[in-house]
Amino acid sequence: MSGAAGPAADQPDSFEFEADVWAQAEKIIARYPEGRQQSAVMPLLDLAQRQHGWLPKAAIRCVADKLGMPFIRAYEVATFYTMYNLEPVGKFHLQLCRTTPCWLRGADELRKAIKDKTGLSHAGVSDDGQFSLVEVECLGACCNAPMIQINDDFYEDLDYESCSTLLDRLAADDVPTPGPVNGRRFSEPAEGRKTLLDRVEGAS
Amino acid sequence: MLQDKDRIFTNLYGDQPWNLAGAQKRGIWDNTKALLDKGADSIIGEIKESGLRGRGGAGFPTGLKWSFMPKESDGRPSYLVVNADESEPGTCKDREIMRNDPHRLLEGCLVAGFSMKAQAAYIYIRGEFVMEARILQAAIEEAYEAGLIGKNACGSGYDYDIVLHRGAGAYICGEETALIESLEGKKGQPRLKPPFPAAVGLYGCPSTVNNVESIAVTPEILRRGASWFAGLGRPNNTGTKLFCVSGHVNTPCNVEEEMGIPLKELIEKHCGGVRDGWDNLLAIIPGGSSVPMLPKSVCDDVLMDFDSLKAVQSGLGTAAVIVMDKSTDIVEAIANLAHFYMHESCGQCTPCREGTGWMYRVLTRMVRGQASIAEIDQLHEVTKQVEGHTICALGDAAAWPIQGLIRHFRPEMERRILEYRKQAA
Repeated sequence: MSGAAGPAADQPDSFEFEADVWAQAEKIIARYPEGRQQSAVMPLLDLAQRQHGWLPKAAIRCVADKLGMPFIRAYEVATFYTMYNLEPVGKFHLQLCRTTPCWLRGADELRKAIKDKTGLSHAGVSDDGQFSLVEVECLGACCNAPMIQINDDFYEDLDYESCSTLLDRLAADDVPTPGPVNGRRFSEPAEGRKTLLDRVEGAS
Repeated sequence: MLQDKDRIFTNLYGDQPWNLAGAQKRGIWDNTKALLDKGADSIIGEIKESGLRGRGGAGFPTGLKWSFMPKESDGRPSYLVVNADESEPGTCKDREIMRNDPHRLLEGCLVAGFSMKAQAAYIYIRGEFVMEARILQAAIEEAYEAGLIGKNACGSGYDYDIVLHRGAGAYICGEETALIESLEGKKGQPRLKPPFPAAVGLYGCPSTVNNVESIAVTPEILRRGASWFAGLGRPNNTGTKLFCVSGHVNTPCNVEEEMGIPLKELIEKHCGGVRDGWDNLLAIIPGGSSVPMLPKSVCDDVLMDFDSLKAVQSGLGTAAVIVMDKSTDIVEAIANLAHFYMHESCGQCTPCREGTGWMYRVLTRMVRGQASIAEIDQLHEVTKQVEGHTICALGDAAAWPIQGLIRHFRPEMERRILEYRKQAA
């Protein structure tokens, strides 16, 4: 129901886990009680997506077969959760948080920067395949708003300028360190911190 | 202001390493066996006495919840399930616990699981928290390696496993039964209750679902004593709490404070005040997007705890404070949240599946004033038809922000409608 895009029209015929990926999968399956292997469907779909770049139907079928569950049950899972990309995505998959806490602090500015730099205005993949964009709901980094998730990483405390710089660097395959772009530490107050002052490493 | 010596989350800002060595310096895993030696009943008794109420939103007494678990097994194992699917807009506190102080959560998992005779804990973390999941998984491996969990955990003779499970993007999985469905490898659609998870939960076994922060504070309560925790805050609203302040303040941040701190003090002391001063404040959502907003007049002196906020027709929720100054288009802010609930409705119950979309579409018109005055009443009526008529609380959560908007900003909604009419005429 979460509104992922429908499956891509162009689907590969088959999918197989690579040996080292399957070794990780087996470790994950073993964490769940005997007879409850279906619990591993989400992590295995994630592994399949990481291997292939996106999640084709053949991969969903492969995961279902491996776990002894009907294809339709695995397909239901793949279409219910937003993080499964049923269509190809760009090298850098931009997930722009649009929900109120980010919106209040300028998510619209980030949307503008993305459009100016990549040409993407809502959802889709850029012509050169470098970027794809999707607008998502709250990513849980509200004290560091506004922010974007790019592949696995959160880039926070952005504005039009810093977002543009970030995208310029990514266009050149230069991936900056994730986190707040303004140098603040996690979600501490940017200035005027009044708590835990003696805890800073190196303090007496 | 809460003194540093009374803070539980001493590595909230990641000043020190998250790893086991760093954690042990902060007193975590210090003779945990002695805590377990108190015995299950004594642990639950002490948590009850501390007055700890669930930190995930509903505020249910934690010790009481634990006491619902079966004392004797009927052959089925019991489980602790930790809700780390932090997705309520405005909320970003559990993330800090998991990436900066993961061992505090793991020690809590052991103590809480032991007290309810669980054989394992499953931590369900939202899928987008990739880095947090990596750190937490590494911390779990450290704890196994050191014999703190696993066989004969902490030398207590008790065997206990902790499993980390990553979600894949669905707010609804923060609802406890949807979370269990998702853990079982299904779509995250809530279950009808009863049976409650304490009777039939994960894999059909007795289970308790607790928020990350609720679990993480328990070892410290047991070490310092229930009376220490109960001595902070106000009666029935005890202890310390992580507050996440976002929106139009000068320095948004997470901070641990005493329950019952005045909202104004929280914002002025820790967040550099409202942009352009307190008088520039329009409204505040005090407990995550699901609770009704408060106009400035209420914000002036309201206290931040469960009972005080309930008394002003709102709630503490997750203690995620979303601040909006006078530059905010308040109708659009709530329409934005309505979009969130429409997107996150799991689609199972008709009033929520259809109602969230309907409410969003009407509100979108109301942002422009393209509506009739009577539609405000109709919108209110629909929120009442959604509220309380669904399996889980997402329907309520979608209704309340809109009810809050109408309660406090109806004149603004009407003004826009009249303005639009005038321009159209």
